[in-house]
Amino acid sequence: MKKNFIDVHSADMVFSTKKGRFHALHDVHLTVAKGEFVTLIGHSGCGKSTLLNLIAGLLMPTSGALLCDNREIAAPGPERAVVFQNHSLLPWLTCFENVYLAVERVFAATDSRANLKKRTQEALELVGMGHATGKRPHEISGGMKQRVGIARALAMEPKVLLLDEPFGALDALTRAHLQDELLKIVARTLSTVVMVTHDVDEAVLLSDRIVMMTNGPAATIGEILTVDLERPRERVELAEDARYVHYRKEVLDFLYTRHGEKALAA
Amino acid sequence: MVSAVFHSPLDAAAESQAAAPPPAVKAASVTTPPAQQKVAPPTPMKTPVDWGNLFLRVFAPLAGIALLVGIWGLLTMKSTTFPTPAATFTEAIKVFSDPFYSKGPNDQGIGWNILFSLQRVAIGFGMAAAVGIPLGFMIGRFDVLNRMVSPLISLLRPVSPLAWLPIGLLVFKAANPAAIWTIFICSIWPMIINTAVGVQRVPEDYMNVAKVLNLSEWKIVSRILFPAVLPYMLTGVRLSVGTAWLVIVAAEMLTGGVGIGFWVWDEWNNLNVTHILIAIFVIGIVGLLLEWMLVSIAKRFSYDNT
Repeated sequence: MKKNFIDVHSADMVFSTKKGRFHALHDVHLTVAKGEFVTLIGHSGCGKSTLLNLIAGLLMPTSGALLCDNREIAAPGPERAVVFQNHSLLPWLTCFENVYLAVERVFAATDSRANLKKRTQEALELVGMGHATGKRPHEISGGMKQRVGIARALAMEPKVLLLDEPFGALDALTRAHLQDELLKIVARTLSTVVMVTHDVDEAVLLSDRIVMMTNGPAATIGEILTVDLERPRERVELAEDARYVHYRKEVLDFLYTRHGEKALAA
Repeated sequence: MVSAVFHSPLDAAAESQAAAPPPAVKAASVTTPPAQQKVAPPTPMKTPVDWGNLFLRVFAPLAGIALLVGIWGLLTMKSTTFPTPAATFTEAIKVFSDPFYSKGPNDQGIGWNILFSLQRVAIGFGMAAAVGIPLGFMIGRFDVLNRMVSPLISLLRPVSPLAWLPIGLLVFKAANPAAIWTIFICSIWPMIINTAVGVQRVPEDYMNVAKVLNLSEWKIVSRILFPAVLPYMLTGVRLSVGTAWLVIVAAEMLTGGVGIGFWVWDEWNNLNVTHILIAIFVIGIVGLLLEWMLVSIAKRFSYDNT
């Protein structure tokens, strides 16, 4: 297994806004191995989404370097698929067309049209949305939209799956259901995943490593927690597992005991 | 249960204590009918007529029109120069009974006049759309172009339509192209501006999707920009058609020929005020129909973005 599939090296991010310069990230070092599931957790405004957008290539670091598979990340691309927080499906396209747009972009050069359609259908079925291919985004629920967003990302067969609080806007039951689905899908596709979250349970349940970030401005990685729980993971069994409880407490301790006051004061 | 019904109006409006008992009675009477309906379901279930809504939607507009005609009738009761509503109406029937006669270039039926005006609007507006919409796209997409063209637009947009007419006459040396030119130049601005604003307001999320998928410029335009901008564009088109229809009447008054604007001016020279009033109604109704047509097109292309 490659240890530094994604390599964030000494990245700094400074935004120049109308109110002046805002130092979002300072000296971030992070490596992600191939097939690893890493979550970024921290209080709001700590720059975890900024870090994800840097890896996606949607933002360029002010200084430092980012590599993916030994190549510099210079622009966004389909090999680093992003699932956005608010699903970002195009409202004038059906679910099928939304996914097809991505499939077409990546595989049109190598696959026949029938194959492209098959890939699209398969991706939608993978997330349990095979029945709603002809529906437009406003006709389906928030959870279903998010599934289609995940299907769109998975259909591209990306090297890395980047998830920006994908379940943040969902109710607890739908969220739990989609987390389980995501676990199964990742186990099947062996994807490398970087996910932003503010949900401690979600982080512990899904991750191999939890990257805990300090509060901004000039946020950086405070601590990295390795979650040593065997897969497949069952949320109900884990709820009483001593190791699970311990990891959960570690994250809570970091977020609320050591880095909580500043967030409240801000 | 009754007390619950009783309490809420009391809490909401404590001062209207006297008015509170009737709603409670009403609520009680409303709760009983379902039982009665269950006993006798075969009776034909008529959908209840929503009188309040019907009144608002039908009677109120009619009352507005009646008020206008009423005031008009009252004011013209003793007038000898200004025609009464009744006289205008009978004349209108006469005018519309033969809309497509043609007795030489200066005396043609109202139908011809309307069609000629619409034709000028269509040509001038069509050319404005063909130039304005692509230009709006480019201005919205490329900031350099935006900064280059914005001062020009701000400078030229407020110019009165009729100020452009002499330029048209000078360049084209004929009345008809000059009128079309005036339509073109006046109706192009709303389309440019609205399209450009629409492009600039395409949600960042959609553009991020385009970036992550690494879509080609053509795909970005056809799959993301165009559908996202369409509602803005149609607003621009709607404003433009409205402007074009405003401008054509004024332009035709000056250029002559066949057209509703010329007709108004010609009838003024004949001192036929009745025909002028008819023309005013006709212009209003045609403008309304154009607007209605474009609104119904726009409705088909509005997406629920939630």
